[in-house]
Amino acid sequence: MRQINLNTKAQITWCPGCTNFGILEATKRAISELIESGIPKEKFVLTCGIGCHGKMVDYLNLNSFYGLHGRCLATAQGIKLANPNLKVIAFVGDGDIYNEGISHLIHAAKRNSDITVLVHDNRNFALTVSQFTATSPKGFKGSSTPKGSIEEPFNPLELVLASGATFVARGYALKIEYLKNLIVKAIEHKGFSFLEILQPCITFFDNRKFYQERIYELNDFDFSSKEKALTKIREWNYKNDGKIPIGIFYKIEKPTFEELVFKPSSQS
Amino acid sequence: MLKDYSILIGGEAGQGSRMAARIIAEIFNFLGYEIYIYEDYQSLIRGGHNFSQLRASEKEFQSRKEKIDFLLALDEKTINLHKKDLEKNGLIIFNSDKIKSKRGIGIPIEKITKEMGGKPIMANVALISAFSKIVGIDWEILEEVLRKEIKHEIDLNLKIGKRAYEISKNLLKITQVRPMSTTLLLTGNEATAWGLAKAGLKFYFAYPMTPATTIMNFLAKREDLKVKVIQPENEISVINMALGASFAGGKSAVGTSGGGFALMVEALSLAGQSETPILIVESQRGGPSTGMPTYNLQGDLLFVLSAGHGDFPRFVIAPGDAEQCLYYSALGLNLAWKYQTPVIFLLDKDVSENTFSVNEKIFEKVKEENPIFWDKNGEYKRYKITKDGISPLAFPGQKNAIIKTSSYEHDEYGITIESEEVEKMQEKRLKKFETMKKEVEKLEAVKIYGNKKSEIAIVAWGQTKGVAIEAAENLGIKLVQPIFIEPFPKKQMEKALKGVKKLFSVELNITGQMAKLLNQNGIKVDGKILKYTGRPFLAKEIEDKLKNL
Repeated sequence: MRQINLNTKAQITWCPGCTNFGILEATKRAISELIESGIPKEKFVLTCGIGCHGKMVDYLNLNSFYGLHGRCLATAQGIKLANPNLKVIAFVGDGDIYNEGISHLIHAAKRNSDITVLVHDNRNFALTVSQFTATSPKGFKGSSTPKGSIEEPFNPLELVLASGATFVARGYALKIEYLKNLIVKAIEHKGFSFLEILQPCITFFDNRKFYQERIYELNDFDFSSKEKALTKIREWNYKNDGKIPIGIFYKIEKPTFEELVFKPSSQS
Repeated sequence: MLKDYSILIGGEAGQGSRMAARIIAEIFNFLGYEIYIYEDYQSLIRGGHNFSQLRASEKEFQSRKEKIDFLLALDEKTINLHKKDLEKNGLIIFNSDKIKSKRGIGIPIEKITKEMGGKPIMANVALISAFSKIVGIDWEILEEVLRKEIKHEIDLNLKIGKRAYEISKNLLKITQVRPMSTTLLLTGNEATAWGLAKAGLKFYFAYPMTPATTIMNFLAKREDLKVKVIQPENEISVINMALGASFAGGKSAVGTSGGGFALMVEALSLAGQSETPILIVESQRGGPSTGMPTYNLQGDLLFVLSAGHGDFPRFVIAPGDAEQCLYYSALGLNLAWKYQTPVIFLLDKDVSENTFSVNEKIFEKVKEENPIFWDKNGEYKRYKITKDGISPLAFPGQKNAIIKTSSYEHDEYGITIESEEVEKMQEKRLKKFETMKKEVEKLEAVKIYGNKKSEIAIVAWGQTKGVAIEAAENLGIKLVQPIFIEPFPKKQMEKALKGVKKLFSVELNITGQMAKLLNQNGIKVDGKILKYTGRPFLAKEIEDKLKNL
């Protein structure tokens, strides 16, 4: 298939070998595929927060709103409200959305706003030279916790599922083709789609080996059951043990926030 | 003698004193009187003491009258607290089921309501009807107003009203002062909502916060105005969502008070940097911090002027009554889009929640104006450098254009830059500010009242201008009201103050923030008349303080 050139003139400033390149490539392939399948390029709008992930929007020649740290899901929902025909994709980081902007994540999921959230979860604040985030494992040695973080991580998938997301998935930055397929499905999903991407930070938290030994793909999984999804999601709680499933955990159809806003009579 | 009536209606929260005041105001409006209602209530839902003080006059006043002509009491506290302010031959009309009073006329409004099968809240209709009979309002007029104002169970309400009307005795005759007026009664918040809707507002995002909340409630109720009301999880989400909507072409506004605005400040700076249009209503209440939610102070002036990190242009507009709210909110939204920058619409509790007479003609003066759009020629640059600093707009979805907006410093395409080239964007935004300054001088940015030739002048802003007009007229001096505060209308202010030898600032705060601002702009203020009890000035208080200065 022909891949559309989505490059900009911006100079890429990630660390050499950064796994964000994997997410960038998967995104380019996914959006290319969707454009080829008939969605006009101008219908895509990207938003992002602040952190290494945010640089994505400078590197993709598509409409974008480079927002504030933690706040871009609010911005994304505003864009979708003003023009529900747009495909709104929010790139966020773990510090960005699990720390600073957690309230927006919970409420966007609760509303079932028809936006797609791609989390670059490198499990630390990298652009500020490594501090722990909500998904850093206990004992994480960052620049603010030289003896190791004392806090347990939370499982963001469990939280998002409980909040009402209608699409919950996990991918891995270095399984590019598999990730591309997940991104396509997340964008195609009508409703709030959440895709957590494990993205090893090769400079500050290089857990590539850890992931490679544990990650397995969920295929033929019954993603219509919340209970099964929850059990599967709990297989790995962001600690230093267990197997790590990737793929779609949960996917159901529900009226979207935007549909309900514009059809008040159909509210029940 | 000037027909100038003061009516105070009080009761516990939940007894409907506010609704009663609004209905009585509509009766007087029907008879051609100018209306002003001051609302005084506490931050609670049941109990406490709430009152509305209505002024109905042949002449326009936007201030409380010191003395009360009619005291309408739903509970005993109302009589105890306010009888000292009653005129010598003032009249008390009270709920005789709850109150024992030797003075005044007792009406068993609760008993009547019960007998007719009504709900307790309907007792206020009985009180309104008794009052109407006593002051000589024809039943037909009362019925027409009740039918217009009460939407639920109107027949039952009329039955209760009729009974109370019948058992009351007529004592005097309040007469029509003008033929049927073309005047509407609106609060500042309602007028703001109207103005924004008329200027093409598509979305109003808000988190509840007194005294801004009723803008949200009004727009939610008035679906015919076609503004979608969205209530996100907090003020931070409110403004970031609104900026997203504006970016995608949907005209958006948000509303809050000082504390909520404080939460929005990071995104205010984002609006400045990303050049995203937004109108922010900041309705002040007593501060600092939670302060006094339902009482007024004008303590956020310097805050809104300097809020936000970094340098960026903004408009700050502070209207002083409902008509100004309607006109300037529409103008403000148009300016936000013309200049692609934040507009702060600075209200205070008294302008937001008090009720004013509004001439319907003001509606003809407001309309939606188009911003400067991309001409679709050549390559689109979101931040194209132009002579006036304004870059033409395009929205996502537009063919052959990539629209990139950013919180980072950026090049003309909206791509992040950190090189010394950034000075071009800083200068572009400053150029835009220069254009905004010229625009403000062409608009009615400053209003003058009172004796225009006087060498003594007072300056008052926001709703304080209402009572300041009364004081200025009584003393034969000049009053200057700056409506645009940023960009500061320097030329218009200098013109307004030409020939003035002594200038005093009248404000509801403890430091004199407007006086400080005027001094910064080279305008010497000779004295400050300040009040910070949370309650607005009475004209006499200004007059007395001024005589002492």
